[in-house]
Amino acid sequence: MVRTSFDVKAYRDDFPILKREVNNNPLVYFDNAATSQTPKQVIETIVDYYSNYNANIHRGVHSLSQEATDKYEDARIKLQHHFNAANAHEIIFTSGTTHSINLVANGFTSLITKGDEIIVSAMEHHSNIVPWQMLCERTHAVLKVIPMNQEGELLMDEYHKLLTDRTKLVFCNHVSNALGTVNPIKKIIDAAHNVGAAVLIDGAQAAPHLKADVQSLDVDFYTASAHKMCGPTGVGILYGKEEWLNKLPPYQGGGEMIAEVTFEKTTYAELPHKFEAGTPNICGGIAFGSALDYMNGIGFENIAAYENELLEYGTAELLKIDGLRIYGTAKEKTSVISFNIDGVHPYDIGSILDKLGIAVRTGHHCAQPIMDFYKIPGTVRASFSFYNTVEEIDQLVEGVKKAKAMLQ
Amino acid sequence: MGIKEIQDDIVDEFSMFEDWMQRYEYMIELGKSLPLINEQYKTDDNIIKGCQSKVWVHAELDQDKLVFTADSDAIITKGIIAILIRVFSNQKPQDIIDANTDFIDEIGLKEHLSPTRANGLVSMVKQLKLYAVAYQTQLN
Repeated sequence: MVRTSFDVKAYRDDFPILKREVNNNPLVYFDNAATSQTPKQVIETIVDYYSNYNANIHRGVHSLSQEATDKYEDARIKLQHHFNAANAHEIIFTSGTTHSINLVANGFTSLITKGDEIIVSAMEHHSNIVPWQMLCERTHAVLKVIPMNQEGELLMDEYHKLLTDRTKLVFCNHVSNALGTVNPIKKIIDAAHNVGAAVLIDGAQAAPHLKADVQSLDVDFYTASAHKMCGPTGVGILYGKEEWLNKLPPYQGGGEMIAEVTFEKTTYAELPHKFEAGTPNICGGIAFGSALDYMNGIGFENIAAYENELLEYGTAELLKIDGLRIYGTAKEKTSVISFNIDGVHPYDIGSILDKLGIAVRTGHHCAQPIMDFYKIPGTVRASFSFYNTVEEIDQLVEGVKKAKAMLQ
Repeated sequence: MGIKEIQDDIVDEFSMFEDWMQRYEYMIELGKSLPLINEQYKTDDNIIKGCQSKVWVHAELDQDKLVFTADSDAIITKGIIAILIRVFSNQKPQDIIDANTDFIDEIGLKEHLSPTRANGLVSMVKQLKLYAVAYQTQLN
């Protein structure tokens, strides 16, 4: 049972959406790994922005523009401190993790030659596979894959064998979206650096649960998305070490990213603006900062401890259901439970749970190679956040039992 | 029976259900009773795109009528396709092409199934009609 004195009720009151009903049942929201819900503090930030200081940034001399610029740059500093980056200009605002990854993959086109090698893990989201395949097609580089075991843990011995002096980049998620595995990224980073390769870590699934320190990790690039961390959709960050960001060419051309433009030649702006062409998601960036304030106010250690109790409780209760199998049983994982029931298609379970007001994700979770590995069409994925409760998990378990009775 | 009459029958049947659970249980039953497609037709070519679960449809002409067989790996999806097959199988291709599909709304399938499934439903209807168009061309 849950033992901590975590005041979940108080936090739930911050989330207006948790009060609504779905299909005549109170909403039970267990699709947090896809998108987290938004507390009123963040919603108020968004309303405040559009009500009081909506303006374009970095270019106006007028007061509103200055105010918006200050708030946007404040958010960047909050992100810098949160991830412990050495410099604020190492935080690039993007539209989210997919954009961040494409920015790096595109930039590496000019740094990679035929026969160079890129390593990715076997438990990647499609957005973490396709950009590298495209990069390999452009450059004739070779894509290698770190295999995993049945528990959903990377085989580190195999990883070490893949590393060569041709390895230019290693890419891995910090936490798997489909399985919840927390990968040993420090070991992955150190081994890659030993052969001179750069490392990009996708923190989209990790950042809502744990605080990454990019300097102590010595990671070259790290990404996160606001919408999985109580912030709005359409905004995220790329952290990059200054030396790497200076090496990469700009990704998109446009306003904001230039120093001087003539028809003969354009010189690019300094970091971070070199990578931030066009008018950014100003409100989104500011709201991302507000979401970080909110989560840090609760404390990531408290969040992780509570979510871990939900995970343990949910795992134990779901496993009591006959014929239920959990995919992803790594020793270290976040509050994600991916499961199936013998002889039942995950979509059928998801449909019935939806009728009961319980939101889960079903399908391949944009990670088809993992589903192929387990030889299944997909899973039902329940992912818990700090605003979920033990009672909601009980409802999920009852719902799964009901679905099983109807479907088998 | 013509397509319209079958549709009316289905609308009548569904109007007797009081809640979603009864509808779902009925659809699950329909899914279980769906005559299976011949395994040889469960090929990638026969998979309907746009369905979250896999759906295979095979069509063949029996004199002047089009006969559909189908299967899915998800049982509720199978129930939906069983309903569509009841409406459209053993009908003349031209009648299938001309048929309207308002009954889907009337029996609350669109409303009671999740949006992704509803998209699958749309793809299924489209695929059945495409077969009808292809065979109508053959008959002409």
